[in-house]
Amino acid sequence: MTEPARDQRSSRPVYLDDAGSEPLHPAAREVLLAALDRGYADPRRLHGAGRDARLLLDNAREATADALDVRPDEVTFTASGTDAVHRGLLGLLHPDPATGLAPGLAHSAVEHSSVLHAARWAQGAWGNAVAEAPVTPTGCLDLGRFPATDARVLALQAANHEVGTVQPVSEARELVDPDSLFVDACASAGRLPLPEGWTVAAASAHKWGGPAGVGLLLVRRRSRWRSPYPLDDRSDPRASGFENVPAALAAAAALQAVVSERAERDARERALIDLVRERVAGLPDVEVVGDAHDRLPHLVTFSFLYVDGEALVTELDRHGFGIASGSACTSSTLAPSHVLAAMGALTHGNVRLSLTRDTTAGDVERFLAVLPGVVAEIRARVAW
Amino acid sequence: MSIASDPDGLGGADGLVLDCRGMRCPRPIIELARAITGVETGALLGVAATDGAARVDVPAWCRMTGQEYVGERAAPDDVPVYWVRRLT
Repeated sequence: MTEPARDQRSSRPVYLDDAGSEPLHPAAREVLLAALDRGYADPRRLHGAGRDARLLLDNAREATADALDVRPDEVTFTASGTDAVHRGLLGLLHPDPATGLAPGLAHSAVEHSSVLHAARWAQGAWGNAVAEAPVTPTGCLDLGRFPATDARVLALQAANHEVGTVQPVSEARELVDPDSLFVDACASAGRLPLPEGWTVAAASAHKWGGPAGVGLLLVRRRSRWRSPYPLDDRSDPRASGFENVPAALAAAAALQAVVSERAERDARERALIDLVRERVAGLPDVEVVGDAHDRLPHLVTFSFLYVDGEALVTELDRHGFGIASGSACTSSTLAPSHVLAAMGALTHGNVRLSLTRDTTAGDVERFLAVLPGVVAEIRARVAW
Repeated sequence: MSIASDPDGLGGADGLVLDCRGMRCPRPIIELARAITGVETGALLGVAATDGAARVDVPAWCRMTGQEYVGERAAPDDVPVYWVRRLT
């Protein structure tokens, strides 16, 4: 059979939603396939197959710890990033067994919904006082407007998952002086070093090219964190359920690879995102949001006035570009992105573009060539 | 869409109110941008919108287009009205 006579380069779909989920890293694929055959047994068992699985799990823990510059006994593999966030944060918000009092929590207005849902759940179940801290128009925690609080727990993301802005974690920690700092590093892990001073941190493997279904819960030794859920008699008391050993090992392999490629990829992605920011800002009636410099390397968000976000996603997909949107019409809740709302940024006509490790300068140029026509065509539909 | 003069019942704000009830984003903003050209400089224009995005997008539109966002009042039916002053 002959290949279709098409220009493969121009017809190749271009996935620009890395921040939604990154394609599996080749290093992870290789390890995953090998580990599927070796890592099936219960790592607690004393037989050969069990010892084999245990060895792979220990390797995964050590490689992860090494890549993140933490101790192996601080690393727990969870079922997802959300599970790591819920476990991590709720494990700091539980009531004091002696007094029955639940500690207060302060968090930024632009935390991931998993943080906000965990905070609301704790508030409802345990009565924690919760203070929400406003952000600047670039999405950075506004230290000057931090609410008066005696919160013992501060929850702050390392960088924002929608607009890329890096948060001033150390400055916030000095301001609030919490006894526990929860850092959601789901958007940044592998791309930026973990911010200093965390007590508990969470990350998600499919955001760095590992498989989905693997989260990371990092807990500092001697913290007052304790599991908010029923205990399980597994090898790691911070998690529950049977460990997905092959996936954990593949996640660790991807993380190691991503960290070793970081310098080269960071520079390339920053330059491409700078180019997108500059060129998109030159289009009519558009707002490019997030911090232009102190940001994740691979991500940019912008919003077009008078444009329907759902139409934008659909039309760009028709042209072969897969992008995300924070506009209300594209969300499961039909509510606009709480991140954009907290920043006071335009929420309709929104695009979040994020680069994969395979995105080329040519892909970005083709996107930039197609975008103005797509926007103009959607505006023309509403006779704007 | 109707443009009704609504001098009272809106918390003291006075001016035309665009009825954008039931419209989904970005329609209320498109209607606002069309209607503002018919408003005298310095006058107020209200947007009554049930769509939650309007609470963020009307002030954002004002910032992007050089108009003044005055604030939000509830209409008699409790639908929020977002008030804009034409500056340019």
